[in-house]
Amino acid sequence: MSNNEQTLRFCSSAIMMRIKTPKNGRVRRELEKRAPKLVETGKKTLILQGTKTSGTLNGVLSEIYHLKKGGAVRFTRKNDNIRPFESGGEASLEFFSLKTDCSLFVYGSHSKKRPNNLVIGRMYDHHVYDLVEVGVENFKSIESFNYDKKMAPRVGSKPFIAFVGEGFENVDELKHLKEVLLDLLRGEVVENINLAGVDRAYVCTAISLNKVYLTHCALRLKKSGTVVPRMELVEVGPSMDLVVRRHRLPNEGLRKEAMRTAKDQPKKKIKNVSSDAIEGTIGKIYIPDQKVGDVALPNKAKGVKRERREAKKKEANERASKKQREESE
Amino acid sequence: METESQKPFHVDVGNLLAFNPFHNFPSLPTSREELVKECLQEGTKLVQAVADSLFNLPSTEDVDGPLVKLPPPSTKLPREKHLPKPKPPTKWEEFAKKKGIQKRKKDKVVWDEQTGTWKRRFGYDRVNDDKDIPIIEAKMADEPGADPFAKRQDDKKKRVEKQEKNRLQNLKQAAKIGALPSHVQLAATALPITGTQAPPKKVTKDELGNVAGMAATATASGGKFDRKLPGEKPAKKQGKHRKFLPVVEGSGIGSREKEQTENVLNKLISKHSHEILNVGKAVTMYNVKKEKRARNKRSQEGKSASATNKLKPKKQLHKNTGKKGPGSSKKGKAK
Repeated sequence: MSNNEQTLRFCSSAIMMRIKTPKNGRVRRELEKRAPKLVETGKKTLILQGTKTSGTLNGVLSEIYHLKKGGAVRFTRKNDNIRPFESGGEASLEFFSLKTDCSLFVYGSHSKKRPNNLVIGRMYDHHVYDLVEVGVENFKSIESFNYDKKMAPRVGSKPFIAFVGEGFENVDELKHLKEVLLDLLRGEVVENINLAGVDRAYVCTAISLNKVYLTHCALRLKKSGTVVPRMELVEVGPSMDLVVRRHRLPNEGLRKEAMRTAKDQPKKKIKNVSSDAIEGTIGKIYIPDQKVGDVALPNKAKGVKRERREAKKKEANERASKKQREESE
Repeated sequence: METESQKPFHVDVGNLLAFNPFHNFPSLPTSREELVKECLQEGTKLVQAVADSLFNLPSTEDVDGPLVKLPPPSTKLPREKHLPKPKPPTKWEEFAKKKGIQKRKKDKVVWDEQTGTWKRRFGYDRVNDDKDIPIIEAKMADEPGADPFAKRQDDKKKRVEKQEKNRLQNLKQAAKIGALPSHVQLAATALPITGTQAPPKKVTKDELGNVAGMAATATASGGKFDRKLPGEKPAKKQGKHRKFLPVVEGSGIGSREKEQTENVLNKLISKHSHEILNVGKAVTMYNVKKEKRARNKRSQEGKSASATNKLKPKKQLHKNTGKKGPGSSKKGKAK
């Protein structure tokens, strides 16, 4: 992003600094979107690949991109120098995360030792926070499912997420994977949701101690007696088995800092409302000046009716007298 | 949040999330379809549980459908960026707080006495513009030759500069604690200038290429075994190219070493010997002299006087410097 600058130089300071502010409104708004906020909404995802990928892995990466269309960036070139689990191999990832403003990344690679490898990671302040490495098995793409196309979930709708299995509670790696998957699949954090727009669900089942079956389904709401409709899940989207290989938890200090939440925001000031110790909440109402005389009266006063009647009579009399004159002439 | 049903799922309506921690596969189903079916069944139960809570929330009617206000999510997830730090108070704000100065809201238009209209406070047609002053009365303290209008402009410039300097200081202070506003960036323009105030000289491409090589010669092995960056070419050899004889002589070449020493000896000895005649050179000199004599004879026969030889135009002994002009300007443009 190239900022247009307003340059001001000062020779008094040892290092000459200048203040760069964007001259463009668009650039300014973009910068404000990327600034850290008190309450955070969705995270963007960066999808990229390593030196070698397989056919299935390509499919997995494109389908994840489709599922997260609004908030994902897909890189298609191979990146040789990214090795997430090595200490020096994260520099490129952090640079990309900084430039695209993505705090989640999905890195796919394929090798003999780790076939169909997917590394899902999160960033805090554009530095790697934690990583989970999974292998993809039994991948079924969207095209291979037959379903009624009318029920297809729409892009960007908020999904239901279901986790099944005691593995998610007991096994460390699966617990971590659950948290990361929740972050990845969640989408935007919104306050209001339209009940007519819920149409997708992700189901993750812990099959064994290190395997998770993830599938994406469309929701069909069926009429039931009560307000709550009966849910029916129809598999539509990609389904795959994830085998947990390695994972890296965040270190404690970083985790504490990242989990910090802001204190509840001071309530938004409501205009014209003030609170008094004695009287409690006081509101001010402003009434515009009454325009007496311009308002149309709703009930026709008796006087008005009489005037009308008399006017009509007068007219009738005049016409009658005119006719008489004509007849006489 | 836990639902009140017999199966205690962990339901988080804010995230539309449901978790069943009690399910396990006692034995993995034999076929894939059975596994998928069972997973979907469990999933349906969980989704139903979430939907139960979701649809029972109070809803408002909207154009597209019923809107519900979701409760805040109960599962805590790590943030993606640090919490924004509040902006530190500027020097003026601190001073104002100490003195108790309140902020007054200013009007956009101000009454202008001179014209008798409402004018802007700042901008195009403003109230106390410098250019609207027709006459400035001279005071006793003023010098006779000083221009008061220029002085006013200078004063304003100084005030503006001072204000910008203060603004930069405030921003630097904010940047120190990490609370710079999102649309502002501080950039260093140049490194601190020490010594004379000369601007740093621009280095040419070739010079830059040689710098690493020059620095490498300071090492004990002359930079030959230094680890090179990817793409760095080996340093160009400076100085005369010296050719050394091979250690082991191949067949068919003869004894080159013998030849070499012979040459050296001959040169040494021949310096003190005046009888040695360089036959080649003598022959050339004789030929040249003969040709010159022949040419002169021919010209004397052909032309009348030999004076014409003297009036021949001098050949250009030096290159034309004018031609360098466009060439050098081209060089400058390419940079």
